[in-house]
Amino acid sequence: MNIKQLALGTAVAIGVGLSGVMTTAVQAEDTNYVPLLTYRTGPYAGSGIHIANGMHDYLKMLNERDGGIGGAKLVTEECETGYNAQKGVECYEATKGKGALVYNPYSTGITLQLIPKASVDKIPVLSMGYGLSAAADGTVFPWIFNVPDTYWDGASVVIKYIGEQEGGLENLKGKKIGYIFLDAGYGREPIPLLEQLSEKYGFELMQYPVPGAEMQNQSSQWLNVRRDRPDYMVMWGWGAMNPTAIKEAVKIRFPMDKFIGVWWSAGDDDAAAGGEGAKGYKAMNFSGVGREFAALDDIQKYVVDAGLSSTDAETIGSTLYNRGVLNSVIITEAIRTAQELTGKKAITGADMRMGLEALDLDEARLKELGLAGFAHPMKVTCEDHAGSHPVFIQEWDGKQWRQASGWIEPMTDLVRPLLEKAAAEYAEKNAPWPARTEPCPN
Amino acid sequence: MFYREAGQFKTSYKSDQALMPILQDRMGLAAILMIAFVLIPAFANDFFLTSIMIPFLVFSLAAIGLNVLTGYCGQLSLGTGAFMGVGAYAAYKLTTIFPDANVILMVLVSGVFSAAIGAVFGLPSLRIKGLYLAVTTLAAQFFLEWCFIRIPWLYNYNASGAIEIPRREVFGVIVTGAEATPIARYFVVLGITVLIAFLMANVLRGRIGRSWMMIRDMDIAAELMGIRPLQTKLLAFAVSSFICGVAGAMMVFFWLNAAEPSSYSIRLSFQILFMVILGGLGSLSGAFMGAAFIWILPVILKFVPGILGFDIAAETVEHATFMIIGALIIFFLIVEPHGFARLWQIAKQKLRVWPFPY
Repeated sequence: MNIKQLALGTAVAIGVGLSGVMTTAVQAEDTNYVPLLTYRTGPYAGSGIHIANGMHDYLKMLNERDGGIGGAKLVTEECETGYNAQKGVECYEATKGKGALVYNPYSTGITLQLIPKASVDKIPVLSMGYGLSAAADGTVFPWIFNVPDTYWDGASVVIKYIGEQEGGLENLKGKKIGYIFLDAGYGREPIPLLEQLSEKYGFELMQYPVPGAEMQNQSSQWLNVRRDRPDYMVMWGWGAMNPTAIKEAVKIRFPMDKFIGVWWSAGDDDAAAGGEGAKGYKAMNFSGVGREFAALDDIQKYVVDAGLSSTDAETIGSTLYNRGVLNSVIITEAIRTAQELTGKKAITGADMRMGLEALDLDEARLKELGLAGFAHPMKVTCEDHAGSHPVFIQEWDGKQWRQASGWIEPMTDLVRPLLEKAAAEYAEKNAPWPARTEPCPN
Repeated sequence: MFYREAGQFKTSYKSDQALMPILQDRMGLAAILMIAFVLIPAFANDFFLTSIMIPFLVFSLAAIGLNVLTGYCGQLSLGTGAFMGVGAYAAYKLTTIFPDANVILMVLVSGVFSAAIGAVFGLPSLRIKGLYLAVTTLAAQFFLEWCFIRIPWLYNYNASGAIEIPRREVFGVIVTGAEATPIARYFVVLGITVLIAFLMANVLRGRIGRSWMMIRDMDIAAELMGIRPLQTKLLAFAVSSFICGVAGAMMVFFWLNAAEPSSYSIRLSFQILFMVILGGLGSLSGAFMGAAFIWILPVILKFVPGILGFDIAAETVEHATFMIIGALIIFFLIVEPHGFARLWQIAKQKLRVWPFPY
């Protein structure tokens, strides 16, 4: 070994040692650790990147602008899951020991894996508008939150909206509604409710499953659509499935204004893939459209312009980016609530659970955050972890999304009993399922 | 010097026929078992057990299963993932139908179902060989995967289409479900893997194993010498699928807790095949080495930068891991096309004559 190598080796060793010392020094003060299970690689990256950027940037912005929440900085760490359940669990195991407050898996598959673990490890799971619909029943799933809506709420809104277009739900009789979905836990989740609604209102439900491995080749499904001629198409797609489906729909000249996607099929890139022909495509949404919000300007100023993020400035304000921001808003508001409830600066997963359960994001608070009108006010209760909040329909005008309807309430009277039944079934299938012992903070 | 067997005399048939006739091999195995059964449980943290050791052992067992078929009997198969899935779904159905039965027993019994399915899909092997057989096993892969998605009875009509493993106890210890400790699950997986590996080591050097190798090396010659190809090949398919089925059941029962059909997709089949090829066709130790390379190395590469304190974006690490692993696969296959098992053999020979090579 010559002198040069020795010097280089020593320098590297010292550098590694120093960085280790520095990280321990940072952790000594009050911090709240939020791991972000994201995916920026693989076939779902097209959707995942915007979500990941939105989540990351808002948390970072709070650190830069306010120094964290309640005086405690947020420590975030991204772990790449690739939308793969195995890797997701790996990320969970790798990060849970560092005092993780909450997990946002952004995959129904990963969420299903984490649901039984949450109560054991005392770390809540926030599956914002995805995951297991039945988890909305807080008495059975005290550690799982799917505010603001479950897929069943979403499915009921779609049917309600279609009913409105047809001049009343009673006119759905004899209509054909096609349902094209990603053939995974995610896409199958709403089927029980859609089947129930089809029985109740007398429309015919036609299912077009798209296997995950073949989501970029949907010609056979759309060939069937052309043959069956459904009056409306409803889509539960994600990742590369969305732009492909929209392109295929344009190709077979399906009337776009009768094609409605779930809130995860509402990406800007998804709709833009259809070109001019995609005009009129609709999707549900519960997070703000556009970038006319003060908080987003702060993100631009403190994070993106400062070079602290990999976000492309043009994507700020896109549907999925805003969705990521809303996710972070729920996390941070829950942390704030938990801090108020416990009086601690650095909280634990159990405190976070209370914070989420006591979450009350009203209009005044949204305005304070610089996000007036960004989302419908949302409130979580101990019994209802989803809240069945209203959603709206947005329409693609060829260049951007614009709101196309007011807030539509889900059919809570129909969804809620089903949710409770499904939750009881889940507990029974997974017996012995732990009974709720956590006190209610409200 | 290190691997000299000089002076180790065999004085009885028994010692001559021992599984490991050389003292150094026995000591090495004892050391490995010591580490696996004592040191790792004593010192490893939860992450190491659940994300590295348990999957590693599960994949090793699956690689042993495929090695029986591809490495020893010469029948190329791309249906491993599906056969693992059969084991998983069978074990799930069994444990939900008989909730009070011993879950470890159920996992082992599930192998019988995948053995039966494997034997059925092995039937074409009588008439077709090589790549053509790979295509028919590929059909098995797609057909079985389709069954996992389209037959709701298999997943108890679960709305999400996934199988979720309920809590089960064995002798008062919780071994499955979220409350099972990583240690308990690790011991179950380790026990089953070691047991099956030991059994296979004996089967493979006996009459059955030799008849498989004869079929692999030249089936016509084997037939002329009195080996019946039908029984032999089907037996290889059955045994291979049995082991894969047990591995698949362990995968969901003791590692993942819940599995979607996509967990048993063609990706898994290829992953196991790469482990076998990289580890060395026709080698049990190669199965372990291949599994370690394909599973453990990426996990370590993924978390090393973070542990060292380097701030690298998660996706960059992922991309880098892909590239490093890919480059290493090419590198090792160029250096030694017969896999790690052969490399280890060469290393052993070098150690034997070191420091005076001749």
